[in-house]
Amino acid sequence: MEKNFLATIGRVFLSFMAAVGRIAIFTAHSLRHCIVPPYYLRLLGKQMMDIGYYSLPVVGMTALFTGMVLALQIYVGSSRFNAESAVATIVVIGLTRELAPVLSGLMIAGRVGAAIAAEIGTMRVTEQIDALVTLSTNPFKYLVAPRLIAGLVTLPFLVLIGDIIGVSGGFLVATEKLGFNASNYLNNTFEFLEIRDVVSGLIKASVFGFIVTLMGCYHGFNSTGGAQGVGKATTNAVVSSFVLILISDYFLTVLLID
Amino acid sequence: MSETPKIELRNVCKSFGKKVILDNLNLSVAKGESLVVIGGSGTGKSVMLKCILGLLKPESGEILIDGEDITNSSGHKREQILLKTGMLFQYAALFDSLTVWENVAFGLIQAHGMKRKEAKVIAIEKLALVGLGPDLADKTPAELSVGMQKRVGLARAIAAEPEIIFFDEPTTGLDPIMGDVIDNLIRDCTQDLGATTLTISHDMESAQKIADRIALLYKGNVVWAGLASEIHTCGDPYVEQFVHGDVDGPIKLDILKP
Repeated sequence: MEKNFLATIGRVFLSFMAAVGRIAIFTAHSLRHCIVPPYYLRLLGKQMMDIGYYSLPVVGMTALFTGMVLALQIYVGSSRFNAESAVATIVVIGLTRELAPVLSGLMIAGRVGAAIAAEIGTMRVTEQIDALVTLSTNPFKYLVAPRLIAGLVTLPFLVLIGDIIGVSGGFLVATEKLGFNASNYLNNTFEFLEIRDVVSGLIKASVFGFIVTLMGCYHGFNSTGGAQGVGKATTNAVVSSFVLILISDYFLTVLLID
Repeated sequence: MSETPKIELRNVCKSFGKKVILDNLNLSVAKGESLVVIGGSGTGKSVMLKCILGLLKPESGEILIDGEDITNSSGHKREQILLKTGMLFQYAALFDSLTVWENVAFGLIQAHGMKRKEAKVIAIEKLALVGLGPDLADKTPAELSVGMQKRVGLARAIAAEPEIIFFDEPTTGLDPIMGDVIDNLIRDCTQDLGATTLTISHDMESAQKIADRIALLYKGNVVWAGLASEIHTCGDPYVEQFVHGDVDGPIKLDILKP
């Protein structure tokens, strides 16, 4: 009984390490094909539109309401010790450093990561990826590289726009509902904001974009079976993106804090 | 002194876990010849084809094309080899994100670096060869019937005028008349190109129509090979059983008796 229990732990650990190894190899392979030509610029453009431009409404909406609720909540808390003047600063730092990149990353994981896993997974189970190979086209270059680069490049732009929309949301609530003076609020917003607050958020966004597209591609690429396999790949892509975003967020914060 | 075979397999072994799929398989296809490999499902026909294409790696043995060992070649070298080949997949495996003509022209544009305009002209020519009008060129594969999809797949396989063409169950899932249409197209197209073809099938009628030579695969090994015309007169017990579709004979299916 005890032996079985230990064997189970061992098996789980081994399969976990095997998965980590497979993802590492997949990542190395993908990165190599991002750098080595040929490049598919037409596909890169299409992916940038899909991942970046068409995610604007989702990210904008998320940022707007996050900024609004943040202003409200922080006002409630800070008014207890007469620190209402901190609202603007906390909203802008909270958004740029943390909430805009993380929440955008999670939204993109749901929107883009799932779509990538489903598309590539379907291509796998219907032999379209094999067909690519027989047509002398490397599926890593054709399918994976454009998505990875698009995720890496477009997410910071999305988050930057999200920052602006979120701060505007906070501004709206503060001035219209909480009775702040507009010019004072704006002054407070920018007084203590540093460039590196924004930049660290954008670096996070870039990493999250990479994680989401990588997980989508990885799980799609390795899906097996039919419709059920594709469904599983999609779920795994989203869940693993969520977990990796939250974990890497902590370590990125530690790294970027000084 | 005989000519170097176009495709040659020497003692190829492949297994998945404990299950042996290909067991010291030897096979050769002469230049310009049409070989059809027949056999029941699960006898290793598809695995053999995937090994030749490099989609799977055999554990041992050699695979030669034009006398050159390609068993372990990958990356750029594999792409160069695959430029010489075309493949029609069982379910056509058309790229559903592209239009019909883009599918046919895929190899020309991506692998041969042809301009899109020129490639479209050739794609429409190839579509005409398989009996499809230019009005279909801008449709998506999902809008076509299965028989049409298969013909588009054939057009894609022959678009770059390859020296070797592989067919994976070309008539499976088609009605008898469409099956006959595909058989005739395969014969005409490959004869015009002077291509060497390797087909895997379990459809005896189709096999006899398109084959110069037929090989019967059983348990990962060739149990009989000979001219297509000899198949009814050879007296081989394996062939007899397969051709007549008898339950009793040397070929044993893994079916548990109730």
